[in-house]
Parts: sequence; C-alpha cells; structure tokens
Amino acid sequence: MWDYSEKVQDHFFNPRNAGAVAQANATGDVGSLSCGDALRLTLKVNPETDIIEDAGFQTFGCGSAVASSSALTEMVKGMTVDDALKISNQDIADYLDGLPPEKMHCSVMGREALQAAVANYRGEEWKDDHEEGALICKCFAVDAVLIEETIRANNLSTVEEVTFYTKAGGGCSACFEGIEEILNKVMLERDEEEVVAPPPEPVKPAKAPLTNLQRMRRIEHTLEAIRPQLQADRGDIELVEVDFDKKIAFVNLSGACSGCQMAAATLGGVQQRVMEDLGEFIRVLPATEMGKF
Amino acid sequence: MSEGIYLDNNATTMVSPEVVQAMLPFFTEQFGNPSSIHQFGNKVGLAIKAARKQVQKLLGAEHDSEIVFTSCGTESDSTAILSALKAQPERKEIITTVVEHPAILTLCENLEKDGYTVHYLKVDGKGRLDLDEYAKLLTDNVAIVSAMWANNESGTYFPVVEMAEMANAAGIMFHTDAVQAVGKIPMSLKDTKIDMLSVSGHKLHAPKGIGVLYLRRGTRFRPLLRGGHQERGRRAGTENAASIVALGKAAEMALEHMEHENICVRAMRDRLKEGLLAAIPNCFVTGDPDNCLPNTLNIAFEYIEGEAILLMLNKQGIAASSGSACTSGSLEPSHVMRAMGIPYTAAHGTIRFSLSRYNNMPEIEKVIAAVPPIIAQLRKLSPYWDAANNVPVEEPEKAFAPAYA
Repeated sequence: MWDYSEKVQDHFFNPRNAGAVAQANATGDVGSLSCGDALRLTLKVNPETDIIEDAGFQTFGCGSAVASSSALTEMVKGMTVDDALKISNQDIADYLDGLPPEKMHCSVMGREALQAAVANYRGEEWKDDHEEGALICKCFAVDAVLIEETIRANNLSTVEEVTFYTKAGGGCSACFEGIEEILNKVMLERDEEEVVAPPPEPVKPAKAPLTNLQRMRRIEHTLEAIRPQLQADRGDIELVEVDFDKKIAFVNLSGACSGCQMAAATLGGVQQRVMEDLGEFIRVLPATEMGKF
Repeated sequence: MSEGIYLDNNATTMVSPEVVQAMLPFFTEQFGNPSSIHQFGNKVGLAIKAARKQVQKLLGAEHDSEIVFTSCGTESDSTAILSALKAQPERKEIITTVVEHPAILTLCENLEKDGYTVHYLKVDGKGRLDLDEYAKLLTDNVAIVSAMWANNESGTYFPVVEMAEMANAAGIMFHTDAVQAVGKIPMSLKDTKIDMLSVSGHKLHAPKGIGVLYLRRGTRFRPLLRGGHQERGRRAGTENAASIVALGKAAEMALEHMEHENICVRAMRDRLKEGLLAAIPNCFVTGDPDNCLPNTLNIAFEYIEGEAILLMLNKQGIAASSGSACTSGSLEPSHVMRAMGIPYTAAHGTIRFSLSRYNNMPEIEKVIAAVPPIIAQLRKLSPYWDAANNVPVEEPEKAFAPAYA
C-alpha cells in the first residue's frame, strides 16, 4: 500500500471540482494511457481579466492522480492565467503534503494539463517534451530516460558521475545495477569499454588529529559544497551544533527539505559526505533531535 | 479472521489456526537441529519426515524423497531452471510463456543477458497457448520448458500435463510453477511426465518463507545452494523446521478440503461473477472462465483505474488486487492482461478477487452490493464516461486522446 498523506486521501475520497466545467473556454488533455494516468482539465477564464473563474477535472487514474487533479483545480481557481502558470509540480505535491516518489509524475501531469489548457485558451499549440522511463532510483524518483539523456548529454562514464548529475543512486544505492546497465548501453554505442564499478575508496584517516575548531570548519565546508544541490530543489541546510563527545552534528533542513519524505535519505547522503571529508565517523541528525541526547 | 473481507488469496493466505498450532512447539521445546543425533534433534527430524509425506500425498508424488523443501516459490523456480542449464551445458535454450510470474520471467530475461535464448510462448485473448507453436520449438537445443500450471492473475490453466508429455517425448525437461494450483486442484504427479514443480507454502494457508521443489526421481539435478547434506544435499542450509511442519499440516488440510474448494469455493466465486456482471455495465471477465482455478475471478471494469477501485474497496474493508500499473509503481499495466490483448482502458481497471475456504456467502453478497456504487462513482470522474447518461462517451478513443499517450 502506498503511504498517502491524509490530504491525498481526502482529495481522493472527496474530490473537489470533479467533472467538466460548463462554458469552459480552455481544455487540456494530457497523460498516458499505457501507464494508466490521464487527465482532462477544463477552465472557465474571464477574457477581460484573464482570471480563472472555474476549473474542473476528469481523471482516468489512480488515487494520487485524482488527488493531484483535485488539488490543482482548487489552487488555480481565482488566479490569473499568468500566475497559474507559475505553479510547479512541486507546488501541487506540497499542497497535498507530499506524494510518494513513484507518484510524483501525477503532479507533473497536473502542471502539464494546466499548460495545455492555457495554450488552448490562448489559441497556441502546446507541445510537451515529456518522456518517462522506468523508475530507476526510488530514493530521488529518477527515471531511466532522464539518466540516459544525462549520460549522453554530459558524456558520463561512471556511476558516481551519474549520481552527481542526476542524484540517482545517491540514497540507498540499490539501483547501481540499473544505472550500470544504462551506462553500459550508452558507452557501447560510444564504442567505449564497459564500465566496471571501481571498488569504493577507503576513507583516508586524517594524518594528525584535528582540533575541534578545525573539524567544525571542515563540516561547514562540506555542507557549503552540498547546499547548491539542495537549493536547486528549493531546500537548504545549515549547521546548528556539533557534539564531539557523542560524535553528532546537528543540522537544520529548511525550505522544501523540511517535511520532505526524502529528508532521511538526504541526511544519510550528507552524513556520508561529511564523514568522507572529515575522515572519521560522525552522525548527522536534524536539530530537532538535539534534546534527546 | 480479523474484520474485513479478504479476497486476495492469490497474493497470500491466512495461516490456518490448526497450522499455527502444529508449528508452535518447534519454536519452543522442539528446537533441536534435525541433523543432530541426540533426542532433541531426532524428534524434529521425524516431524520433518512426516511433513514430507504429507506434501508427497497432496502432490501425488511417487516417493517422499522427491520433495525438496526450499525457502519459497521463487527459490524453487530458480533452482529448477538453473539446475537444468547447469546439468546440460550443451543446451542453450529455454521455452517459457509470456504470462509467467516474475519469478520466472525476470530470471529468463537475466539469462538472456548471459547468452541463453528464451522462447516466450504467446497467448490468445483468453490466455491460452498454441500447442503447435510449442511443438515446433521442442528441439535438442532446449534445456528446459517452464510453464505455469495456473495463472496467478486470471486463474487460467495451461495444459501442463500434455505439455510435459510432449517435452518428455522430445527428451526435454519440464518444470511447472504450480504455486497457484497446488492445494486448489487434485494432482497426481506420479502419473505425469512433469520433472519439476514449484510450491509456495503461503498460498495454501501455511506461513511465508517455505516452499517446495518437487524433483522427479532420476531427473538430472544441480543444487542452487551447496553446503551441508540437508535435503539429501539438494538444498543445503539448516531446515526451517517449524515452517516445514506447518506446510505439512497445511498440505494435509488442503487435501481434506479439496472437494470443498471445488464445490463451495467455486460456488461463491460463480455467485460473485454473476452478481457483479449483472449489476455493472461495461465490464467483462478476463482469461478463460471455463478453464480456470475455482477460487479466482478477474474482472476488467472499463474506463476506470484499478488502484482507485482498490482504495475505495479498502475503505469498506474489502481486500482485492489489480493489474493496473499504479498498484505496482511500474509504467505498464499487467503483462498478463497486455499479453491477452486487453486494451489499456480496460487493463488498468482489472480487479482480481481470489477466494479461499475461509470466505463465506454473506461476505460475497456484501461485495456484490459494495462494488457497483464504487464503479459508478469513479466513472463519474472519468473523461471516457458520459456521466449524464451513464454510458461511455461515443467513440471513447477519439473523444479523449491525451498528449503523450
């Protein structure tokens, strides 16, 4: 069973704005029948003000598809068309208190239906560049098509690089076999030797024991290096306290990171990086845990 | 049983209370290692021997030594196929079907990467094989044929007894994944040419984590796990004694209830089928209803999606399963439904109801009453449905053709 938030369940069992809007002047049909999710969004836009006065959906799809559609219609009602277009798929997921990684594509479908409907209203032709592959990395919801395209575009040749560019494999690392397969396929096309994953490099012990100040600086330095990646996902991280006796670094995850279902996996990845840079064992925990130690 | 109506017995079954009772002593006083010579071990050894006999009887095997206990159906499947390949290194081909369980299909796809050729037999609209196509593939290059006895999604039988005869006549080993069939229909393996057969305990009211590989005496064999002399060296590793005893008890009970399964459970299934088909427009039974397991009913509800149906059923305490892509997190609906040529708009709306002897008629009537409003409610949301007239929209595929379909 999926771990659906209460908001998702509420919007599924009590969908808002179900059905087509009467006198709609904008329609967006998107989705994929093969993967079993498709959505028709109808809007009634006031041509004078460009304000969306009514919105309705008809969805062929699973619980989270219905919930994403329902949430979208609630969000756009009363907005101007231009403001509505600023809604990202993450906004839809946030509105629902998050979606499981396998289901994020439902929120993408919502955003695309909106784009298609607005294009229809403006008399433009909407073309999607959407192609979805099998889900490879479940920790960060990265699919095969994205991985393959990224490998091609950036001429990647190791699993590590793929993780750096796409985040795939950065969590539990169970998908390394899948990533290697895609790498091998692309590299064979490039006439390169197949990759053999290099054995992980052992963590090098620090030459001389560091002072606490040096360690703290080093941890901060590592976090600084990680921040751009988190900021790209509209999140952030800051160091709050380090308890060297208990070997714990407490951090604050903020922005999109707070409350994200992947927060634990993210912290796991952060801890790994901090340990590698520091050359010793240390736990990275959210600052909310501070009182417990 | 706890509250709720459990109609997902092809996924797994409740462990019978009698089975639980039978296995409990093997967690406490009967803890010995059956390989040990002392009294602690000896009693456990004797219990395993009795369980082997019980399973032998259920399968109708000639010898009890043909029963090899494993950890699950998947292990039995892998052991069978990999053993056939290892024992006959000159043979590089496998014959199987497109509708097998992932325990077979994923293994075969992986073997293709290692250079083996796998022939996947296709099925028709009712999930039936073309035996002429099969006959043509039986050559000296084939190491093993693996075809399931009954399909887990549609319940449809393959003619495995006949297929085993054909393979045997061509000098080819035959394996069947019978995890859905064992315990539901009578078997007499000694009268067939089936060389290997997989059983899964948790499909017949034994616990999870125990399986059997039936291995006909004289079949060339190479173990998957090597180590100690357990299971006559054919499956090393200290025996899961409690679960083996449990499976023995479950096998004995399945045999006792064989008639019940084929009369009473079948009658409940038939009532469910008739009740739902009468109450709901635009739905149909998938597979071959005249030639399928007595407990299984798979219905495609057109123009809606299965996970949504399951969530609504679950809210009313009814448990079933679906062939939709969403329930598994994959990008395609069930490979079984696609292989039968069921269109996407129906394949995503397939619901499997699988019964057991622990269900009763009042439960079935409750389900017959609960399902139609759920289907109607979801169809109201569907772009393919004309809610005002309660019929599908005209020319559904044209009326709604979303981008990137």
